[in-house]
Amino acid sequence: MSWRNMLKHPGLVIGLSATVLFAILALLSLIWTPYPIADISIARRFATPGPEHWLGTDQLGRDMLSLIMSGTLTSFTVGAMAVLIGAGIGVPLGLAAAIYGGPVEWVVLRFSDLAFAFPAVVIAILIATLMGPGASNAVIAIGIFNVPVFAQVARGGALAISTLDFVAAARLAGLSRPMIALRHLLPNIASLIIVQGTIQLSLGILAEAGLSYIGLGTQPPATSLGLMLRDAQSLFLIHPWLSLAPGLAIVVIVIALNIAGDGLRDALDPRLRNRGLANVAG
Amino acid sequence: MRVTKSFALASAGLLLATSLAFAQSTEIRVGAPLEPPALDPTAGAAEAIDVVVYQNVFEGLTRIDQTGAVQPGLASEWTVSEDGLTYRFTLNDGVTFHDGTAFDAEDVKFTFERILAEDSVNAQKALYEAISAVTVVDPLTVEFTLSRPDGLFLFNIGRGDAVIVAPESAANNATDPIGTGPFAFVQWDRGSRVILEQYGPYWGEKPALTKATYVFIGDTATMTNALLAGDVDGTYNFAAEALPVFDGNPQFKVLVGSTEGETILSTNNAKSPFDKLEVRQAMAHALNRQDIIDGATYGYGVPIGSHFAPHHPYYVDLTNTYPYDLDKARELLAEAGYPDGFSATLKLPPVNYARVSGQIIASEFAKVGIKLELINMEWAQWLEDVFANKDFDLTIISHVEPFDIGIYANPDYYFGYNNPEVQALNETLNATTDEAKRKELAQQMQTIIAQDAVNGFLFELAQTGVWNAKLEGMWQNAPVEGVVLRDVHWVE
Repeated sequence: MSWRNMLKHPGLVIGLSATVLFAILALLSLIWTPYPIADISIARRFATPGPEHWLGTDQLGRDMLSLIMSGTLTSFTVGAMAVLIGAGIGVPLGLAAAIYGGPVEWVVLRFSDLAFAFPAVVIAILIATLMGPGASNAVIAIGIFNVPVFAQVARGGALAISTLDFVAAARLAGLSRPMIALRHLLPNIASLIIVQGTIQLSLGILAEAGLSYIGLGTQPPATSLGLMLRDAQSLFLIHPWLSLAPGLAIVVIVIALNIAGDGLRDALDPRLRNRGLANVAG
Repeated sequence: MRVTKSFALASAGLLLATSLAFAQSTEIRVGAPLEPPALDPTAGAAEAIDVVVYQNVFEGLTRIDQTGAVQPGLASEWTVSEDGLTYRFTLNDGVTFHDGTAFDAEDVKFTFERILAEDSVNAQKALYEAISAVTVVDPLTVEFTLSRPDGLFLFNIGRGDAVIVAPESAANNATDPIGTGPFAFVQWDRGSRVILEQYGPYWGEKPALTKATYVFIGDTATMTNALLAGDVDGTYNFAAEALPVFDGNPQFKVLVGSTEGETILSTNNAKSPFDKLEVRQAMAHALNRQDIIDGATYGYGVPIGSHFAPHHPYYVDLTNTYPYDLDKARELLAEAGYPDGFSATLKLPPVNYARVSGQIIASEFAKVGIKLELINMEWAQWLEDVFANKDFDLTIISHVEPFDIGIYANPDYYFGYNNPEVQALNETLNATTDEAKRKELAQQMQTIIAQDAVNGFLFELAQTGVWNAKLEGMWQNAPVEGVVLRDVHWVE
């Protein structure tokens, strides 16, 4: 994909640059934040945005910009790890279902039906309650509900390709089924998985915020955008900015990721869009 | 003619409706942050039980008033023997339980035998262990014999833990409480509310309210909205951080009062390095009490320097025993053999004051090299790990029992403080009834505990009630756990 090609998709450019901006801010918080986030100073709490604290300070006098940078990092890390878990388990499962068929496919499909039947966030709450609150358990909880999504995407994509001639040729050449999946199917469904990964990343960030908001995700003194919302909740009527800042950050990140995901899908595989349109029309 | 008549009827109806609307309300809806696990105050430690039933549904022989003084309750008067070992109570006549059964001395005997029984589940059984016998003299006279004098006996029998129950109904009190109080239990919609109604044949002065509903709202934002929308008429203890919403709003009044809750940085004195006095002193010097009070209670907490309520007449101000001084703290740490500090865990129960104080203390302690790992816990886990198994370094908790300095004389208590001097003082204090002498002993205990820096003494919790401006008669202070509705009434 050339740069020129990419510019045909303004959504991709806007979404991707917003995402990258937040990702840079998040990564920067690893080595530098305007103020250390554990630095509590009651004397300077509830400062309004100004030159000293660009986004003001919270109820413990911590710098809001530093908190949002660090919170974004938590959100991205949890979301990304959950996508890795989901893709790492879901994609091999989906491929196995596509190439083996029969009982393997039946088991994978029933498993994902079962997982889909429960609302994803409810499962995450259940897992986080059983295993105790914490960012790492949030990763596992969110990761698990990503598994069936990736399994279905991988299976669907692989099935569409497996009837094509080059797959038949590979089979005639004597390649084993796992090798066909790895050499021929996986590279061809990679774009699908990347697009799905972007969407799941945004859903993961939302889920992490949700879990932290109800107290099952990230625990203080670490911070996340959801936890900031939780802390600011009872202060909303008096200091609305404390809820608005992390809330807006979540909204912008999720929208950016969704726009980027849509753009990426169009840019990577125009056929998908055409097929989608054809389906709508037909 | 017909038209006129119906018009007259209509206007009469209108008049009636108007006068009804202006009639004074006799109902109240009280918002409470926690739903009680059961409704029997003699069989559970939860404050939420007393909030609903203490002095409303159930009464004791004596009654604690809002200043913490002992008033006659079901007993109209009493005499104490010279040696302080025999109390003879005269009971009120014509008292009935809400199920219609009569109240007499047998019920008193039953109640205390139930508290002291082997299989008793009373949360404060230890407070009544000095009672060696309860004798029914006649149906309206009962005599208590104590094995040792107990300076707090009359207060203790007025607490929620010693309210009088009837043998006919005691077993069901957890779900269907039957007491002698001015309000009878009507229904409990689990997860939502408890409804009480005025008990017609009540023996004493009738309360102004005819109906009271306790509505359970756990979340501060929801409580704020419920108050603003008029869904509840008030709440006895509202989150301090959101109080400014109601400050200066003429429809509401904010009542700031005291509680018996000493909030402390509880320290495992039996565990290294906290068994070293210098380490505890260093931590005391590193506590920025004012920041903690401002951060965790929005300035409503009252600083304490020992384990004693500041509004109590025996209180002695020890807040300057170890003033905030980070250099001094570093010095003491070096003396104790920790020039670079040490690492420890701070286990925090799920209450806002603990979680916020914990973050502030961790930030302060880091400056002198004490690295705290914050561990957030649920109540059940905290009670088991910290309180029962003593598996902790530090924790933050409010001890809400009135006059509970005696816990420092119990070496088996969870913070493991063992000082024979305090134990001897406490024994003398328990056996002393002379006020001046008691005061002196209590102040000695406070001072030793403060100097030993047993725990980090932070602040006395405040009670910050928010009520409809037209309500009067609520308790501003909380000398015992409970929301007493006896004197609450609407004014125009």
